Amino acid sequence: MKVTLKYFGVIAESAGKSEEVLELEQGLSLRELKDQQIKTYQIQDAGSVQIAVNQNLNNEVELKEGDEVAFLPPFAGG
Amino acid sequence: MDKKKPKKVFVQGAIPPEKIANSIANHQSKTNIGAHSIFLGQIRADEIDGKMVSAIEYSAYEDMAERVFHEIREAAFSKFDITCAHIYHSLGQVKTGELCLFVFTSSAHRKIAIEACNYFVEEIKANVPIFGKEIFEDETHQWKVNT
Repeated sequence: MKVTLKYFGVIAESAGKSEEVLELEQGLSLRELKDQQIKTYQIQDAGSVQIAVNQNLNNEVELKEGDEVAFLPPFAGG
Repeated sequence: MDKKKPKKVFVQGAIPPEKIANSIANHQSKTNIGAHSIFLGQIRADEIDGKMVSAIEYSAYEDMAERVFHEIREAAFSKFDITCAHIYHSLGQVKTGELCLFVFTSSAHRKIAIEACNYFVEEIKANVPIFGKEIFEDETHQWKVNT
Protein backbone atom coordinates (compact mmCIF):
# COMPACT_ATOMS: atom_id res chain seq x y z
CA MET A 1 0.00 0.00 0.00
CA LYS A 2 1.13 3.51 -0.77
CA VAL A 3 1.07 6.14 1.96
CA THR A 4 2.24 9.74 1.95
CA LEU A 5 4.50 10.73 4.82
CA LYS A 6 4.84 14.37 5.82
CA TYR A 7 7.55 15.78 8.05
CA PHE A 8 7.55 19.08 9.90
CA GLY A 9 9.91 21.32 11.83
CA VAL A 10 12.96 19.64 13.31
CA ILE A 11 11.81 16.28 11.88
CA ALA A 12 11.81 17.65 8.30
CA GLU A 13 15.27 19.00 9.04
CA SER A 14 16.49 15.53 10.16
CA ALA A 15 14.84 13.80 7.20
CA GLY A 16 16.12 16.38 4.71
CA LYS A 17 12.67 16.45 3.13
CA SER A 18 9.13 17.46 3.97
CA GLU A 19 7.26 14.74 2.14
CA GLU A 20 7.68 11.30 0.56
CA VAL A 21 5.50 8.50 -0.72
CA LEU A 22 6.36 5.02 0.56
CA GLU A 23 5.19 1.61 -0.56
CA LEU A 24 4.53 -0.26 2.70
CA GLU A 25 3.88 -3.91 3.23
CA GLN A 26 0.26 -4.70 4.00
CA GLY A 27 -0.49 -4.91 7.71
CA LEU A 28 2.39 -2.69 8.86
CA SER A 29 1.20 -0.95 12.03
CA LEU A 30 1.44 2.75 12.66
CA ARG A 31 3.76 2.07 15.60
CA GLU A 32 6.08 0.06 13.34
CA LEU A 33 6.07 2.76 10.69
CA LYS A 34 6.86 5.40 13.32
CA ASP A 35 9.75 3.38 14.78
CA GLN A 36 11.08 2.64 11.30
CA GLN A 37 11.14 6.30 10.22
CA ILE A 38 12.60 7.48 13.54
CA LYS A 39 15.44 5.01 13.04
CA THR A 40 15.92 5.79 9.34
CA TYR A 41 16.26 9.52 9.87
CA GLN A 42 17.73 9.36 13.37
CA ILE A 43 15.00 11.63 14.65
CA GLN A 44 15.97 12.93 18.08
CA ASP A 45 13.70 13.09 21.11
CA ALA A 46 11.44 10.38 19.65
CA GLY A 47 9.18 10.49 22.71
CA SER A 48 7.96 13.96 21.75
CA VAL A 49 6.96 12.98 18.20
CA GLN A 50 3.20 12.91 17.57
CA ILE A 51 1.68 11.17 14.57
CA ALA A 52 -1.41 12.37 12.73
CA VAL A 53 -3.15 10.04 10.29
CA ASN A 54 -5.24 12.00 7.82
CA GLN A 55 -4.91 15.04 10.13
CA ASN A 56 -6.15 13.11 13.15
CA LEU A 57 -4.05 12.54 16.27
CA ASN A 58 -6.04 9.45 17.24
CA ASN A 59 -3.56 6.70 16.41
CA GLU A 60 -5.88 3.74 17.00
CA VAL A 61 -6.22 3.19 13.28
CA GLU A 62 -5.00 0.68 10.74
CA LEU A 63 -2.98 2.10 7.90
CA LYS A 64 -4.54 1.88 4.48
CA GLU A 65 -3.78 2.82 0.89
CA GLY A 66 -3.69 6.55 0.33
CA ASP A 67 -3.31 7.58 3.98
CA GLU A 68 -1.44 10.75 4.86
CA VAL A 69 0.79 10.19 7.88
CA ALA A 70 2.32 13.29 9.44
CA PHE A 71 5.28 13.29 11.84
CA LEU A 72 4.84 16.25 14.17
CA PRO A 73 7.42 17.67 16.58
CA PRO A 74 6.27 19.58 19.68
CA PHE A 75 3.85 22.41 18.90
CA ALA A 76 5.12 25.96 19.28
CA GLY A 77 2.28 28.25 18.22
CA GLY A 78 1.49 31.55 19.87
CA MET B 1 -23.70 33.45 11.31
CA ASP B 2 -20.26 34.73 12.15
CA LYS B 3 -19.13 31.41 13.61
CA LYS B 4 -20.03 29.35 10.55
CA LYS B 5 -17.87 31.29 8.13
CA PRO B 6 -14.58 29.52 7.41
CA LYS B 7 -11.87 31.96 8.39
CA LYS B 8 -8.36 32.31 7.18
CA VAL B 9 -6.15 32.35 10.26
CA PHE B 10 -2.63 32.39 8.86
CA VAL B 11 -0.97 35.59 7.74
CA GLN B 12 2.44 35.78 6.13
CA GLY B 13 5.01 37.47 8.38
CA ALA B 14 4.31 39.70 11.37
CA ILE B 15 0.80 40.89 12.21
CA PRO B 16 0.79 44.67 11.65
CA PRO B 17 -0.45 46.74 14.64
CA GLU B 18 -2.85 48.50 12.23
CA LYS B 19 -4.74 45.20 11.91
CA ILE B 20 -5.67 45.40 15.58
CA ALA B 21 -6.91 48.99 15.26
CA ASN B 22 -8.89 48.08 12.13
CA SER B 23 -10.45 45.07 13.83
CA ILE B 24 -11.62 47.25 16.70
CA ALA B 25 -13.01 49.83 14.27
CA ASN B 26 -14.88 47.10 12.38
CA HIS B 27 -16.83 46.20 15.53
CA GLN B 28 -18.11 49.67 16.37
CA SER B 29 -21.30 49.04 14.40
CA LYS B 30 -22.07 45.94 16.50
CA THR B 31 -23.75 47.66 19.40
CA ASN B 32 -24.80 44.47 21.20
CA ILE B 33 -21.15 44.11 22.18
CA GLY B 34 -20.17 45.45 25.59
CA ALA B 35 -16.64 44.09 25.89
CA HIS B 36 -13.72 43.01 23.77
CA SER B 37 -10.79 40.98 24.96
CA ILE B 38 -7.56 40.99 22.97
CA PHE B 39 -4.47 38.82 23.28
CA LEU B 40 -1.33 39.71 21.39
CA GLY B 41 1.64 37.37 21.22
CA GLN B 42 4.94 39.16 20.68
CA ILE B 43 8.33 37.64 19.84
CA ARG B 44 10.59 37.85 22.88
CA ALA B 45 14.36 38.28 22.60
CA ASP B 46 15.24 35.25 24.74
CA GLU B 47 18.86 34.68 25.65
CA ILE B 48 19.78 30.99 25.32
CA ASP B 49 23.32 29.85 26.15
CA GLY B 50 24.61 33.37 25.66
CA LYS B 51 22.92 33.86 22.27
CA MET B 52 20.03 36.23 21.61
CA VAL B 53 16.94 35.21 19.65
CA SER B 54 16.41 37.66 16.80
CA ALA B 55 13.35 36.11 15.12
CA ILE B 56 11.08 33.07 15.00
CA GLU B 57 10.29 31.39 11.73
CA TYR B 58 6.87 29.73 11.91
CA SER B 59 5.74 26.81 9.82
CA ALA B 60 2.66 24.63 10.15
CA TYR B 61 0.84 21.55 8.99
CA GLU B 62 -1.50 24.03 7.41
CA ASP B 63 -4.46 21.85 6.43
CA MET B 64 -4.63 20.24 9.87
CA ALA B 65 -4.01 23.57 11.61
CA GLU B 66 -6.92 25.25 9.80
CA ARG B 67 -9.11 22.33 10.79
CA VAL B 68 -8.05 22.49 14.44
CA PHE B 69 -8.57 26.28 14.48
CA HIS B 70 -12.09 25.65 13.22
CA GLU B 71 -12.73 23.02 15.92
CA ILE B 72 -11.47 25.41 18.61
CA ARG B 73 -13.85 28.09 17.29
CA GLU B 74 -16.79 25.68 17.33
CA ALA B 75 -15.97 24.61 20.90
CA ALA B 76 -15.53 28.22 22.04
CA PHE B 77 -18.88 29.27 20.58
CA SER B 78 -20.64 26.42 22.35
CA LYS B 79 -18.86 27.06 25.69
CA PHE B 80 -19.07 30.86 25.81
CA ASP B 81 -21.77 33.35 24.93
CA ILE B 82 -19.53 35.35 22.61
CA THR B 83 -20.68 37.59 19.79
CA CYS B 84 -17.68 36.98 17.58
CA ALA B 85 -14.11 35.79 17.63
CA HIS B 86 -11.13 36.36 15.37
CA ILE B 87 -7.76 34.63 15.32
CA TYR B 88 -4.68 35.47 13.30
CA HIS B 89 -1.35 33.64 13.48
CA SER B 90 1.86 34.33 11.61
CA LEU B 91 3.68 32.03 9.25
CA GLY B 92 7.22 32.69 8.09
CA GLN B 93 9.66 34.95 9.83
CA VAL B 94 8.64 37.31 12.65
CA LYS B 95 11.30 39.47 14.29
CA THR B 96 11.63 40.14 18.01
CA GLY B 97 9.20 42.82 19.13
CA GLU B 98 6.76 42.00 16.33
CA LEU B 99 3.38 40.31 16.73
CA CYS B 100 2.76 36.64 15.86
CA LEU B 101 -0.66 35.94 17.39
CA PHE B 102 -3.81 38.08 17.60
CA VAL B 103 -6.90 36.73 19.35
CA PHE B 104 -9.95 39.00 19.54
CA THR B 105 -13.15 37.96 21.33
CA SER B 106 -16.27 40.03 21.88
CA SER B 107 -19.27 39.59 24.12
CA ALA B 108 -22.02 41.53 25.85
CA HIS B 109 -20.04 41.36 29.09
CA ARG B 110 -16.35 41.44 30.01
CA LYS B 111 -16.02 38.18 31.93
CA ILE B 112 -17.12 36.03 29.01
CA ALA B 113 -14.95 37.92 26.53
CA ILE B 114 -11.88 37.48 28.76
CA GLU B 115 -12.50 33.80 29.52
CA ALA B 116 -13.10 32.99 25.87
CA CYS B 117 -9.95 34.83 24.84
CA ASN B 118 -7.88 32.82 27.35
CA TYR B 119 -9.50 29.62 26.14
CA PHE B 120 -8.50 30.35 22.54
CA VAL B 121 -4.89 31.14 23.47
CA GLU B 122 -4.42 28.00 25.59
CA GLU B 123 -6.07 25.75 23.00
CA ILE B 124 -3.99 27.22 20.17
CA LYS B 125 -0.74 26.72 22.07
CA ALA B 126 -1.58 23.14 23.04
CA ASN B 127 -3.34 21.73 19.99
CA VAL B 128 -2.51 23.49 16.74
CA PRO B 129 0.36 21.96 14.71
CA ILE B 130 2.51 25.06 14.38
CA PHE B 131 6.29 24.87 14.64
CA GLY B 132 8.75 27.62 15.49
CA LYS B 133 12.39 27.92 14.60
CA GLU B 134 14.15 30.35 16.93
CA ILE B 135 16.78 32.16 14.92
CA PHE B 136 19.72 33.65 16.79
CA GLU B 137 21.66 36.78 15.90
CA ASP B 138 24.54 34.63 14.60
CA GLU B 139 22.06 32.88 12.23
CA THR B 140 22.19 29.54 14.05
CA HIS B 141 18.85 28.21 15.24
CA GLN B 142 17.00 25.89 17.58
CA TRP B 143 13.42 24.61 17.60
CA LYS B 144 10.95 26.16 20.02
CA VAL B 145 8.79 24.03 22.32
CA ASN B 146 5.71 25.41 24.08
CA THR B 147 5.80 24.97 27.84
